[in-house]
Amino acid sequence: MSVLVYTENWDGKFKKLSFELVSYAHEIAKMLGTSTIALSIGNVEEDELKKLGDYGAEKILKVEDNRVKNLVNSAYTSVIAQTAEKEDATVIVLSNNNSGKALAPRISVRLKAGLASGVAALPSSTDPFVVKKKAFTGKAFANVKINSNMKVLTLFQNSFGIIESGGSSEIEAFTPELSDNDFRTEVKEISKVTGKVLLTDAEIVISGGRGLKSAENWGPIEELAELLGGATACSRPVSDEGWRPHSEHTGQTGKIIAPNLYIAAGISGAIQHLAGVSSSKFIVAINTDKDAPIFEAADYGVIGDAQKVLPALIEAVKEFKAEA
Amino acid sequence: MKILICISNVPDTTTKIRFVDDNTKFDTNGVQWIINPWDELALTRALQLKESSGGAVEKVSVITVGSKSVEPTIRKALAIGADDAIRVNAESEDAYEVANLIADAVKDEGYDIIIAGIESSDYNGSAVGGMVAEFLGLPSVSAVSSLDIENGEVVVKREIDGGSEVMTSQLPFVAIVQKGIALEPRIPSMRGIMMARKKPLNVIEPAEVAPMTEYVSYELPPAKAACKMIDPENVKELVVLLHTEAKVI
Ligand SMILES: Cc1cc2nc3c(=O)[nH]c(=O)nc-3n(C[C@H](O)[C@H](O)[C@H](O)COP(=O)(O)OP(=O)(O)OC[C@H]3O[C@@H](n4cnc5c(N)ncnc54)[C@H](O)[C@@H]3O)c2cc1C
Ligand SMILES: Cc1cc2nc3c(=O)[nH]c(=O)nc-3n(C[C@H](O)[C@H](O)[C@H](O)COP(=O)(O)OP(=O)(O)OC[C@H]3O[C@@H](n4cnc5c(N)ncnc54)[C@H](O)[C@@H]3O)c2cc1C
Repeated sequence: MSVLVYTENWDGKFKKLSFELVSYAHEIAKMLGTSTIALSIGNVEEDELKKLGDYGAEKILKVEDNRVKNLVNSAYTSVIAQTAEKEDATVIVLSNNNSGKALAPRISVRLKAGLASGVAALPSSTDPFVVKKKAFTGKAFANVKINSNMKVLTLFQNSFGIIESGGSSEIEAFTPELSDNDFRTEVKEISKVTGKVLLTDAEIVISGGRGLKSAENWGPIEELAELLGGATACSRPVSDEGWRPHSEHTGQTGKIIAPNLYIAAGISGAIQHLAGVSSSKFIVAINTDKDAPIFEAADYGVIGDAQKVLPALIEAVKEFKAEA
Repeated sequence: MKILICISNVPDTTTKIRFVDDNTKFDTNGVQWIINPWDELALTRALQLKESSGGAVEKVSVITVGSKSVEPTIRKALAIGADDAIRVNAESEDAYEVANLIADAVKDEGYDIIIAGIESSDYNGSAVGGMVAEFLGLPSVSAVSSLDIENGEVVVKREIDGGSEVMTSQLPFVAIVQKGIALEPRIPSMRGIMMARKKPLNVIEPAEVAPMTEYVSYELPPAKAACKMIDPENVKELVVLLHTEAKVI
């Protein structure tokens, strides 16, 4: 028996989210009295792979096959299913990010394993297997019972945390059997921004809404984000207007994020917006309208003009940093 | 070419979520049902492709797994412009079962492109599209934000962390779509609504499938403490609180 965790890499590097996944898988393995095995697909240096051991992976399987450098859903499903069978995995853990969402359902069907997606806690019991997951787009949680022997879980990012367990790990190369049928899609072109904190990774997010009035007024949002090492985001009307790129739109129909701190300036707090940000640990609202619904979701509020409050906040952060 | 859109019937996005029967059931009292926003955009895109393809796309169909109560939603899809509809008559609570039923219903129908949304706004499974692909043994691309047909070949854009990829796929294939696939959902016209009544809606009685998962109970997020108000003339206090109390900076 084992718990298998798929740890995606980004240009050969892992992220906080990878370590959270391994930590989570390791805690489940402890509940089941079994071992944690991490699977890495693509080229990752040994030193980097070893890091997974710090969070509880006892064995790290690496698959370095040039055909699986980019995500190919069928091929990756084959690799994960083959390693799950080889390691007699009863639980398979992935992230609830884009690649986890692409793979988990296929793995579920391939292995006849029940799927719970967006889980946000350890199973409350393992027999029967019941686990809490996000539902109704951030508005509720559901406890789901998985009836099958094998289970697939996708973990909601930033909902569990990181636990260092400092064990040792061994690395083993694995050669999957892949057929032409696994490669019916092809990546033609990749475009990527580099050197910016990604919205989905950011621990601090500074977000602006229609209350900022126009694209030219985003300077303070960007400056504050830069100052705090965070990312910038916006509400839907803002990206619809073309004031900001679509990749920054958060909410029900945009990105769903869970940073430690979300600062919303000139955002009213519509239910569809909150759906994407309500999992943030702390929310700060800056709004001229004391009755704006955002204050019901916020931990800290400032009633005032964002064009004045944001620059003042920037100064205060600079002062704080200078003192620290 | 034939395109199929999987349609999920979900509560309106403004619905206040409540549970009944000792928190074991979602309270559907007074809930307005809509087409899952992604599915509505997917349908819009499929219709655009049909209109612009010069006959390459012959037909756009929709399918849903649900009881008779979801028919208004599927009629709306017909009113928006789908040519025909399939309803698999089952009140399933499990994505695996839903996908299995969809795959069974369409496996011999020769659809070239099957589209599902990336996530339902109610149970947030992010499951049905990928599962249908696997049941049918088809390639799939997820997080698709644009879909085009160029010289008989499908070209899609897939969102990745910090960017996007342009991809092609052999047909048939399954696209799991998200933001960007169409800008605004198409609104049914009066004529569309009239015509929808006459369009074929085939009801299929399903085979029994055992559910893989069961929803046993629900919880609402813990109530938030009241928002602490900070004097706009003294935002320094906010920085202090974020550091000492929230410990986030
Ligand atoms: C199906 C559906 C899906 C949707 N999905 C999303 C989604 O994913 N994300 C999303 O964001 N929205 C979404 N929406 C739209 C949502 O309903 C709201 O319309 C939107 O979130 C409002 O954006 P906003 O808060 O920026 O603008 P507004 O609601 O116009 O709010 C502007 C706020 O700024 C304040 N303000 C004005 N001037 C100032 C100033 N000088 N300083 C400070 N504050 C000021 C105002 O008091 C107001 O509260 C969706 C809607 C539907 C129907
Ligand atoms: C406790 C519970 C009670 C339920 N009660 C009912 C009910 O009373 N009546 C009812 O009709 N359904 C009911 N459902 C079914 C539910 O609406 C979903 O169809 C199913 O659970 C899959 O949800 P998901 O979140 O995994 O979908 P996801 O995989 O997140 O959905 C993604 C996409 O898959 C497609 N899709 C999802 N569901 C369907 C579907 N049913 N038919 C066609 N395409 C679909 C859509 O394209 C959608 O955008 C219930 C589900 C649960 C868990």
